Amino acid sequence: MSKRTAKDAHLPVGECVTQVQDILRQRLCHQRLPDKPEGVESQHRHLLELLKRTAIHGESNSVLIVGPRGAGKTMLLKCVLRDLLEDKEAQKSLLQVHLNGLLQTDDRIALKEITRQLHLENVVGDKVFGSFAENLGFLLEALKKGDRSSSRPVLFILDEFDLFAHHKNQTLLYNLFDVSQSAQAPIAVVGITCRLDVLELLEKRVKSRFSHRQIHLLSSLTFTQYLERVRTQLSLPDGFPDSRFAQDWNDGVKTLCGDKSVEEVLQRHYNSSKDVRSLHMLLMLCLSRVSVAKPAIKPADLLEASRLCFADAKANMLHGLSILELCLIIAMKHLNDVYEGEPFNHQMVHNEFKKFLQRKSNSMYNFEQPVILKAFEHLQQLELIRPVDGSSAKTQREYQLMRLMLDHSQIMEALQKYPQCPTDVKQWAMSAFG
Amino acid sequence: MVLLTLTSAASGPCRWNGHWGRRRCHRPVAGGRRSMTALLQHPGYEDESLQRVAEQLPCREAQSAVLLSLMGQPQQYSYPSIFIYGHRASGKSHVMHVLLRELELPHATLSCVECVSGALLFQRVLLSLFGHEAAALLPRSASLSDFVRVYRQQCSLSPAEQTRFIVMEKAELLRDADANLLPALLRLQELVEDNVTVVLLSEIAWDKFRPNTGCFEPLLLHFPDYSKGELQQILSQDRHPSYSADFYSSYINILLGVFYSVCRDLRELRHLAALNFSKFCEPVAEGKVKETDTHKLWRNIEPHLKKAMQTVYLREVSSLQWEQMQQMEEKETGVVRGLSAHTHIELPYYSKFLLIAAYLASYNPARTDKRFFLKHHGKIKKTNFLKKNEKTSNHLLGPKPFPLDRLLAIFYSVVDNRVAPTASIFSQISSLVTLQLLAQVSHEDQLDAPKYKCAVSMDFICAISRTVNFDIVKYLYDFL
Repeated sequence: MSKRTAKDAHLPVGECVTQVQDILRQRLCHQRLPDKPEGVESQHRHLLELLKRTAIHGESNSVLIVGPRGAGKTMLLKCVLRDLLEDKEAQKSLLQVHLNGLLQTDDRIALKEITRQLHLENVVGDKVFGSFAENLGFLLEALKKGDRSSSRPVLFILDEFDLFAHHKNQTLLYNLFDVSQSAQAPIAVVGITCRLDVLELLEKRVKSRFSHRQIHLLSSLTFTQYLERVRTQLSLPDGFPDSRFAQDWNDGVKTLCGDKSVEEVLQRHYNSSKDVRSLHMLLMLCLSRVSVAKPAIKPADLLEASRLCFADAKANMLHGLSILELCLIIAMKHLNDVYEGEPFNHQMVHNEFKKFLQRKSNSMYNFEQPVILKAFEHLQQLELIRPVDGSSAKTQREYQLMRLMLDHSQIMEALQKYPQCPTDVKQWAMSAFG
Repeated sequence: MVLLTLTSAASGPCRWNGHWGRRRCHRPVAGGRRSMTALLQHPGYEDESLQRVAEQLPCREAQSAVLLSLMGQPQQYSYPSIFIYGHRASGKSHVMHVLLRELELPHATLSCVECVSGALLFQRVLLSLFGHEAAALLPRSASLSDFVRVYRQQCSLSPAEQTRFIVMEKAELLRDADANLLPALLRLQELVEDNVTVVLLSEIAWDKFRPNTGCFEPLLLHFPDYSKGELQQILSQDRHPSYSADFYSSYINILLGVFYSVCRDLRELRHLAALNFSKFCEPVAEGKVKETDTHKLWRNIEPHLKKAMQTVYLREVSSLQWEQMQQMEEKETGVVRGLSAHTHIELPYYSKFLLIAAYLASYNPARTDKRFFLKHHGKIKKTNFLKKNEKTSNHLLGPKPFPLDRLLAIFYSVVDNRVAPTASIFSQISSLVTLQLLAQVSHEDQLDAPKYKCAVSMDFICAISRTVNFDIVKYLYDFL
């Protein structure tokens, strides 16, 4: 397509919306790497410098990237790797081993994975031969034989680093850090973890071999930077085929971010968590409402998405209970009020419910004991009430002590929203003492 | 005989009254054919398939529209994990199955109840997504690491052109599996680098799932419960072909009137509706009552439904027994032998007294034994026995443990004739423990002073004491 037609190209609206969805979904759902990571330039430089020293100059290093969930640690590392591999020499000689604490739950599995990824000689196809001790010895031999000038640098990336610290004797960590401290094959060990106290988890001998180099990703965004981040996440890049549509879209996003109600909503989200991942979830909910009929994001979409994010799950579940179960919950609330949160059992709740029935003359809720027990068990299956820890085998079902997992205010709020709640039940709930 | 499949799928053509569509209607695209009934529209999917989807999902249009918009077009990425929660039988699995089946998306559905170990889960997923050869590549007790490795290999051989879905029902059981399974599944898209989305269905809120150190938060979707009108609409679709729709709707109305305040589970209500319909039509079939005479029909069916609540609803009698009872004449049915009736076993004479003594020992405080069981207890003021606080009523707190000596002491005073402490008495105590009418509280090694607790209910013990002409209520502290 020549440059002239590219500038004047006007795609139909449906095609534009599909393209927008493609691009934004890649960004929000698939965590596509941005060209330049925002807000973490110094950390990026630091890490890149460190890894360059290993890859090009053959120096062994170890570093930990620490930050809360959703702060962008893996994204930072991937950006650094991408920039590192632009260098021809690094690309030629660097070997990478990616391990994850969730997958490699044992040192044995981890060792097999390392052997597989490095294509060492005891791997045939996929199967790794030998016992744990043999594999470990082989790997250490392979790493020991080299030195700075003759062997290829290896980069070990340990995701969920804190889970590796729970392995028996921390063998893998000890050996990796040991190799990185001694003058053997140049390796770099990069650990990624969400626990700030990760060093407490390491044994003394492992900790002493670690270089104590930590890169922290504690986000220090101000609210204006947060708003700016929202705008950039939703804006289309310059390479979009239909430039007029892209211009309209970006202008729409700018007005959206300037809207007062939207700012309030975003302020609320910012106050609860600053991390990028929850922002992506919110924007994804907004994006899903973009369609051909409505090819823009409106403030109402953001409000609706925010409402979905902040919905109380337990209140939603209370909405769907039957009247009998609701009465049982109100009886439990009264028991909690009178006895200040002491655990109760089914007989006490039934007793309380019977007191309510005696006051009302109608026999509409006069159910048999087994029916009430079935309703009680349903509440237990929904985990709205939980048994107090104890020997549940020895006590009968009706006498097992339970606790209510709901708050006073949650119950009252749910009652307001309950469809066609009978007035006597509501009055019973609001009365002070049973 | 009524053959019933307990699924929550509403089969058959649905009655489409146009007015209760207060849903998010997408405005029709220029050139769209259907205007009012095209409630689901999406550029990536054909209109006919979406129409079929909408027909099979009455009262769930809003939720399926939201799901469809989140799924996006098949080749686009979707959010890595979605968590759908809602009450039982609120249509979560049904909506997912219908969507995935009609739109022909690659998926793997499994129930966490069946996949007790991780290896079974991995095998199922690979089998559904990639076929037999892929599942065979997994080693014998496969770990998560093996699963991800095989998945990645298969992915490089056949990359995903459409989003792959893994749907897990009863996801609350994943919490009891290995600690790494749930967090890994939530970020499966990132771990295998493929266009895959994991959908978790559960009836428990997400707050109870979150691991200690956090995890990748899924997108939360709530499926609200059906309202009474929606339940009526869905249940009315099962109508019997030989009767009119209004007749069946009036039947459902009566049924909901009896059961709605107790149970809102769609599956249970459908089961009850199917079981009791023949009894409802009986007067009409015999010609005694016309179809429109609702009052007589109600009078006929209402006591029947009330009995159903005590028996079939509680699973006291099986559905088969219920149907047989309906066919017998009324005077022949007699007393319904429910499941709990089988706990009333015949005990020997002294065993009954031992049980009565155990009940008295469990529910009376030890200091009151003197007053009840000694002939000359002197003057004990009744005011000492006033109940201070209702909560301390022992019938609310449960049975208390008692030592064997106390049991025997009460037993000797309760039994009218003289009994020698022979081995047969003690062996009867052991058999009562085996029958689980008494529970042994002390450790099994403790032979010299074992402690027991009485595990029967008030109704049971009253029935037993009536057979031996013993007035137990007179001896209970709570009923003074």
